[in-house]
Amino acid sequence: MNGNNYGWGLPVAASSYAHDIDFGIILIHVAMVAIFVLWGIFFTYLLLKYRRRDGVPAEREHEHGALKSLAPDIVVMVFEIGLIVFYAIPSWSKIKMNFPQPGEANQVDIIAEQFAWNIHYPGADGKFGRRDPKLVHFSNPIGLDRDDKDAQDDVVLANEIHMPLGKPTLIRLSSKDVIHSFFIPEFRIKQDAMPGMVIPVWVTPTAVGKYELSCAQLCGFAHSFMRADVIVDTPEDFDAWLKSHAPVKQEAPTKAAESW
Amino acid sequence: MNTHDEHHGGHHELTFWEKYVFSVDHKVIGLQYLITSFIFLLIGFSLMMLMRWQLAFPGHPIPLIGGLLSSSLAPNGVMTGEFYNQLGAMHGTIMVFLGIVPLAVGAFGNYIMPLQIGAPDMAFPRLNMMSYWLYLPGGLMMLSSFIMPGGPAQSGWTSYAPLAIINPGQTVWLLSMVVIITSSLLGAINFLVTGLNMRAPGLSLDRLPIFVWAQLVTSVLLLLAFPPLEAAAVLQLADRVMGTSFYLPSGLIILGQPLKASGGGQPLLWQHLFWFLAHPEVYVLVLPPMGIVSEIIASGTRKPLHGYKTMVGSMISLGIMSFIVWAHHMFLSGMSPMLGNFFLVTTMIISVPSVAILTCMIFSLKGGSIRFTVPMMFALAFLPLFGIGGLTGLPLGLTTTDIYLHDTYYVIGHFHYVVVTGSIIALFAGTYYWFPKWYGRKMDETLGKIHFWGTVICMNGIFFPMFIQGMAGQNRRYFDPTAAHHNIPTQPLHIVSSVFAWLLFLFQLPFIYNFFKSMWHGEISEENPWQATTLEWACPSPPPHGNFAKTPRVYRGPYEYSLPGHKTDWFPQNEEAKA
Repeated sequence: MNGNNYGWGLPVAASSYAHDIDFGIILIHVAMVAIFVLWGIFFTYLLLKYRRRDGVPAEREHEHGALKSLAPDIVVMVFEIGLIVFYAIPSWSKIKMNFPQPGEANQVDIIAEQFAWNIHYPGADGKFGRRDPKLVHFSNPIGLDRDDKDAQDDVVLANEIHMPLGKPTLIRLSSKDVIHSFFIPEFRIKQDAMPGMVIPVWVTPTAVGKYELSCAQLCGFAHSFMRADVIVDTPEDFDAWLKSHAPVKQEAPTKAAESW
Repeated sequence: MNTHDEHHGGHHELTFWEKYVFSVDHKVIGLQYLITSFIFLLIGFSLMMLMRWQLAFPGHPIPLIGGLLSSSLAPNGVMTGEFYNQLGAMHGTIMVFLGIVPLAVGAFGNYIMPLQIGAPDMAFPRLNMMSYWLYLPGGLMMLSSFIMPGGPAQSGWTSYAPLAIINPGQTVWLLSMVVIITSSLLGAINFLVTGLNMRAPGLSLDRLPIFVWAQLVTSVLLLLAFPPLEAAAVLQLADRVMGTSFYLPSGLIILGQPLKASGGGQPLLWQHLFWFLAHPEVYVLVLPPMGIVSEIIASGTRKPLHGYKTMVGSMISLGIMSFIVWAHHMFLSGMSPMLGNFFLVTTMIISVPSVAILTCMIFSLKGGSIRFTVPMMFALAFLPLFGIGGLTGLPLGLTTTDIYLHDTYYVIGHFHYVVVTGSIIALFAGTYYWFPKWYGRKMDETLGKIHFWGTVICMNGIFFPMFIQGMAGQNRRYFDPTAAHHNIPTQPLHIVSSVFAWLLFLFQLPFIYNFFKSMWHGEISEENPWQATTLEWACPSPPPHGNFAKTPRVYRGPYEYSLPGHKTDWFPQNEEAKA
C-alpha cells in the first residue's frame, strides 16, 4: 500500500509544483511560530511585571506613545506584501492559470458523481468521443456515444487514474450532480468540480507510485468513501497500460456499478 | 418611548407574563437572550460530542445513548453517514446563528449597551421584544427539524447548491433561517438607532466605550450582510419547492436519473451570496467579544486602553473591509483564478486592523496593575488564543497555500480558534464580569477558576490536533476518516480531540452550577464591584425599570483610570470634577 507516503506532517511531495506550495506552508509556519513565541514572551513578561502589587499604582502612559502600536503592523504588512508579490501571485499563476498545451500533455477528462470518479481517456487518437447526458445509463456512467468514431478507442475507468511520469497531465474536471473537490495530497493539488462547468487542472507527477485522490467537498452521505487510486507509471508502462485497455471494454463501466 | 412614559406615569403592577415573558424591558430581553443562547450553545455542543464519538471510533456503536436512537439514524447504535451530516450541519448552524450571535449581540448588546450610553431602554422596546420572539421560535423551528420526516438539514451550515437542493431536510432549515435573519435585522436597526440617538448628554462618539463601538459596527454588518442571505435563502427555497433553477445548471444527473429541473442556473451564485453574508458574519462573531475584552482589560489593568482611537478606527475598517474579502472562501470553487488575486490582496489588508487591535490590547497591559480576577483571566486568555486563530488564517488566505489546506481540518482548527477560544472565551469573560450587574451578586471565584483552567486546556486539546491533521491532508466533513489512507496516521489525534471534547463538557458543569447558585445565593455585590468607570456601573444592580434614577451626564472619556491627583484610581464618566 501507499502507507508510507503519509505521516503527521505534509505527505510525500510528488508533483512538479508540490515544492512551491510546501515552501509557502513552511515559510509561513516558521514565521507564525516566531511571531507567536516572541509575542508570548512579551505577554508573559507583561503579566509578571505588571501584576498587581500593593502600593504600586498603574502608570498612565503619555498620549504620544500611541504610534508604537503600529510597529508590529508595519512588520506584518511588509511580510505580507512580500508574500503576495514574490510568492502567492507568481505561484498561483503557475499552478492555476498557465496550462500545458493539449498537444504536449496527457489528456484526461474526470467526471465526478455521487460517489465515484469517472475517468475518461481519449485513447490513441487523442480525441475524446462525444458525451451526452441523455445517454447516461447504469452501464455508461459518463454517457459516452459509442457510435462516435472518436469514441472507438476511448478508455473509461472508475476510481482509478493513471498518469505518466514527468509529463504534464491536463485534466478537464466536471461533475454530473453536486459539487465535489479533486484533491491529491501528494500532488498538493485541489480543485472543486462544479456542475455546469468544465474546469482545467494540470499536474506533472515527479515520482512513480500509488497515490490517493479523495473528495474534499461535502457531497452527500458517502462523501468520505469517495476516493480513487492514482497510479503514476513510467511513460513506457503508461503507454502499455493504455494500449491494453483500448478499445473500450464493457467491464470498465460495470466496475463503477460494482463499487455501489 | 411610549411604553416608558406609561410605566413611569402609572407605575401599574406588571403581571408575571408582562414582566418575565413578553417583556419590553431591554434587561429582561437581554437575560432571555442570555439563557436561551447558552442553552443553544449546549445543544450545539452536544451534537458535536456525538460526532466526536464517530470520528474517534468510526463504526463502533455509540455508548449509552446509541441504543435509544432510531434505527434509520444509527442502526445497532452505529451512526450513519446521513446522521453524521445532519449533526454537522446543525452543529454549525446552531453554534453560529442560535448560539454565539444571539449571545454576543442579543444578550450582551441588549443588556449592556443601553446602560453604557446612559439610556433608559432601547429606542424601540417593542421591536426589541419582537426580535427575541422571532429568535426563539426560529430556533425551535430549526430544532423541530430533528423530528420531521427526512430529518434536519444535512448539507453543511454552508448549504451549497445543488447538494442542499436535492438533499432532504433543507426546507425547514431555510424557513427557520428566514425567521432568524429577520430577528437579527430588527435587532440591528434597534441597536443602531439606540446607540446613535440615545446617548446621555456629554457622551460624544469619542467618549463611547469600545464595547458600544463594537456593537454599532456589528449592527451595520448585520444590517447590510443579512438581507442578501435572506434573499438567497428564499431563492433556494424556490428551487426546492417551486421548481425554479436559480442554482441548478442544466443537465444534472442525480444517481443515474436526470434531475427534473429547467436548469440554466449557477451553483456559484449561492456561494457568492452565502459568503457575502458569512464573512462579515465572522466579524459579527468577533467584534462584540473584542469589545468585551477591551472593557475588562481597562478595568483589570487600572489604566486607560492603549490607542483608543486606533482601536475604534480598526474596528470600523474591519467592518468595511469585511465586505470585500468574501471570495477567499472560494479560491478553488471554479471562480476565475484572476479574481482570486483580488481577494488575496483584500484578505491580507484586513489582517492589518486585526493586528492593530490585538497590539493595542497587549500594550494596554504595559504599566498596568493587573488584577487576576476570573473575568480578567478569561480576557487575557483571549489574547494568545485569538492570536493563534488569526495567525493560522494566513496560510488559508494566501491563494497558493490554500490549494493544499482548503477544506482540511486545518480550516476547522483555524476558525474554531477564532470563534471558540476567541469569541466564546470572551463571552465567558463578559458573563463573569457583568453577572453582578445582572443579579446584584457575584459568581464564585474558585468555581470560576476551575472553569477557566479546565475550559482553556480542553479547548486547546480539541483544536490543536486539527492543525496536524490538516497538515497531513485530512478532509473535513468525513464521517469516517479512516476511509482514506492518508488519514490513518493521524487517526489517534481524533481520539485526543474527542476525549478533550467530552472533558470540556464536564468542565462546563461548575459554570452552570455557579451561574444558578450565584443567581440566588451568591455573595451580594457592591454597586461597582470592579471599580470601573463606564456608565453601566452608575446605576443600581440590577438596574430598576428605566435604569437611571436621573439621566447621567458624561464629563470624560470611558477609561479614566489612575488619573494622578484623583482620590481613587478610577474616575467614572459621570462624576463631576471638583473645580
